[in-house]
Amino acid sequence: MKRELKTAFWMTIVTTILFGIIYPLVVTAIAHVLFPARADGSLIRKNGVVIGSKLIGQGFSSAGYFYSRPSQAGTGYDGLSSGSSNWGQTNQQLITQVKNYAEKLRAENPGEPIPVDLVTDSASGLDPDITPAAADFQIPRVARERGISEAQVRALVGKHTEGRQFGIFGEPRVNVQSLNLDLDAAYPMTHSAATPAGERASWGGSNR
Amino acid sequence: MTANGWFQILFLLGVILLVTRPLGAFIARVFNGEKTFLDPVLRPIEKLIYRLTGVDEKREMSWPEYAIAMLLFSVVSLVVLYVIERTQQWLFLNPQKLAAVPANVALNTAVSFTTNTNWQSYTPETTMSYLTQMAGLAYHNFTSAAVGIAMAIALIRGIARREMKTIGNFWVDMTRGLLWILLPLALVGSLVLVSQGVIQNFKPYVTAHVIAPQKVTTTGSDGKPVTQVVSQQTIPQGPVASQEAIKELGTNGGGFFNANSAHPYENPTPFSNFLEMFLILLIPSALTYTLGRMTGSQRHGWAVWGAMAALFLMAVTVAYWAEARGNPEFSMVDQAHSTLQPGGNMEGKEVRFGIADSALFATVTTDTSCGAVNSMHDSFTPLGGLIPLTNIMLGEIVFGGVGSGLYGMVVFVIIAVFIAGLMVGRTPEYLGKKIESYDVKMAMLSILVTSFVVLILSAIAVVEPFGTSSITNPGPHGLSQVLYAYASTVGNNGSAFAGLNANTLWYNMSTSAAMLLGRFFMVIPVLAIAGSLARKKTAPPSLGTFPVTGPLFSVLLISTILIVVALTFFPALSLGPILEHLLMYAGKAF
Repeated sequence: MKRELKTAFWMTIVTTILFGIIYPLVVTAIAHVLFPARADGSLIRKNGVVIGSKLIGQGFSSAGYFYSRPSQAGTGYDGLSSGSSNWGQTNQQLITQVKNYAEKLRAENPGEPIPVDLVTDSASGLDPDITPAAADFQIPRVARERGISEAQVRALVGKHTEGRQFGIFGEPRVNVQSLNLDLDAAYPMTHSAATPAGERASWGGSNR
Repeated sequence: MTANGWFQILFLLGVILLVTRPLGAFIARVFNGEKTFLDPVLRPIEKLIYRLTGVDEKREMSWPEYAIAMLLFSVVSLVVLYVIERTQQWLFLNPQKLAAVPANVALNTAVSFTTNTNWQSYTPETTMSYLTQMAGLAYHNFTSAAVGIAMAIALIRGIARREMKTIGNFWVDMTRGLLWILLPLALVGSLVLVSQGVIQNFKPYVTAHVIAPQKVTTTGSDGKPVTQVVSQQTIPQGPVASQEAIKELGTNGGGFFNANSAHPYENPTPFSNFLEMFLILLIPSALTYTLGRMTGSQRHGWAVWGAMAALFLMAVTVAYWAEARGNPEFSMVDQAHSTLQPGGNMEGKEVRFGIADSALFATVTTDTSCGAVNSMHDSFTPLGGLIPLTNIMLGEIVFGGVGSGLYGMVVFVIIAVFIAGLMVGRTPEYLGKKIESYDVKMAMLSILVTSFVVLILSAIAVVEPFGTSSITNPGPHGLSQVLYAYASTVGNNGSAFAGLNANTLWYNMSTSAAMLLGRFFMVIPVLAIAGSLARKKTAPPSLGTFPVTGPLFSVLLISTILIVVALTFFPALSLGPILEHLLMYAGKAF
């Protein structure tokens, strides 16, 4: 028994060094040789300043941009508070929130059915994507706000629409940051349109 | 439901089927001490470990010795994890200068990771330093999985051996599981994950100056709304890939981030998602082949696999169907599937995974004892959420946890042959071993303890204020949240209906107790069965022997599992998810 206890102690120490320290260091070293940018977070830089990560979503609430999905991460897209509402489907708070989002969107684009991903919280609160349906839905508004044609916006959306990976995995999607960055580069907004829209500013986060 | 969705589901099962035989045969070689292609690299490391820790690799253990070694290792490594959590503020690799983990959270977490549960009542990115994550939590992802494999191998030896008192050496089994099976797969898996965008570094968190600053309105301390402009986003970093790979491979499931495998840095692409599900199912599936190989009845191994695959398909069908239907109470919202969107219930789901991959992941993670999530089970439709909950209540034997799935399934096999024996009026036999009263008692003990703990703790939590105050979804869903918490912790799963505020003294303590009881009251009876079977003679099969191969046996096994679990949990389930489903379609909300 005493001998086994000694073995248990030394086994913990030795395997901690091997699997808890050396293994992650080896993975880090190899990862930085093979995929340095990805190992460091797929960051996007503009003039040397980090403006985000291609993988981590950001909030967009001004009407001239494509909106990203509602987020329950902190006050919305808070990188330190990943997570979701965790509301059940029969929770009145969820039903009311979906209804509120839907009414806002309907006012901006009457008559069109509202894609479900635009009115529901993502799982991570940091979802960088929207569905092609959600992008499609927003084209008239973005074109109107930027004073350009729908065809011009549609062309950009098409460029940023990614199909299923290898043709089979996952679902088609549109990366919101890449699309909005390209939109700014191609068709810059006047200052007044670029300020955050006051009414629609808060993305969830109220109940947590 | 779409053709592509079904293709992805069947493709995953097909790939798993393809690797079951080669990996299962490799595992058998490793634990029989035969030569493998990894020996030149790993054998010297193995010998060094034995020299440093004073292990005599030739020594064989009886089942109580094996159990004691396992318990001692679990206790010592649990204490070391607790100490790391409590002292992380003084240790290295803590660029965010995070403080010590509070005592009751640290204890809950130490129990959670030692028992292969990975229940998390904390928010990792603001609680755990890089050192705690890698040397504490990811380390336990390795060892708790290796312990599980060792237990399964000991049980298989018990079935295979004749008139022997010993079932192997715990230290050797654990070390070989770590070095030959988990390490190579985790190493390759983590690098493929990095190729998809999973991060792997030790840098401090990055501050990004966001593309479009956001005006946000929050409620201030005086209760009045405060409006501020958010122009920065803090993006957490860390050694994620190395942990992510073993988190899935070892069916652990503890996220590096709060959102777990829904977080884009843990699971950035649909392919990383596929890889993670593949890693979860890989070893549990292969162990069925190892069972067949080591006991000399390959057809029995496949019969067990077939029963698992059938249960898997049943579960994923219901979950996928329910999630694809969406919520009838949402008006104005387009939930229909089209070429532009998957539609369905997207609350708590990511666009890149959609409905099929979310329902599939939820099934995979609860069929096994993994508990990683790529979507929020709490926001699933009532029947969609019923599936993960039921999967856990079945005992996570559909492929199951690494090792624990196999020994959990063998317990049900013993019950099944016992019932078959009663039906034909003969002493039940299992692969030539007579199943006697002691074996059946031990099997029943391990099944009863889990259901007893789930139901008793849930009953307390739903009547006492310290339990109900954590419930965040009113109506029947609140009961589901509590049931899920205890099923998940007893079953060592670790996923949650995460709305439940589990970071309270009551939940931290009661779930800790549930995790310990669920792990060790399962493992010790299983080792007792192993010891008992190893001592027995093998009788040649006779006319009265019920065969444990073929589809008939698979059907008997599935029926046994469903009947035992339905009898135990159906009343509770009917008051939770089933009632909620009926009320949702009657237009009720809470």
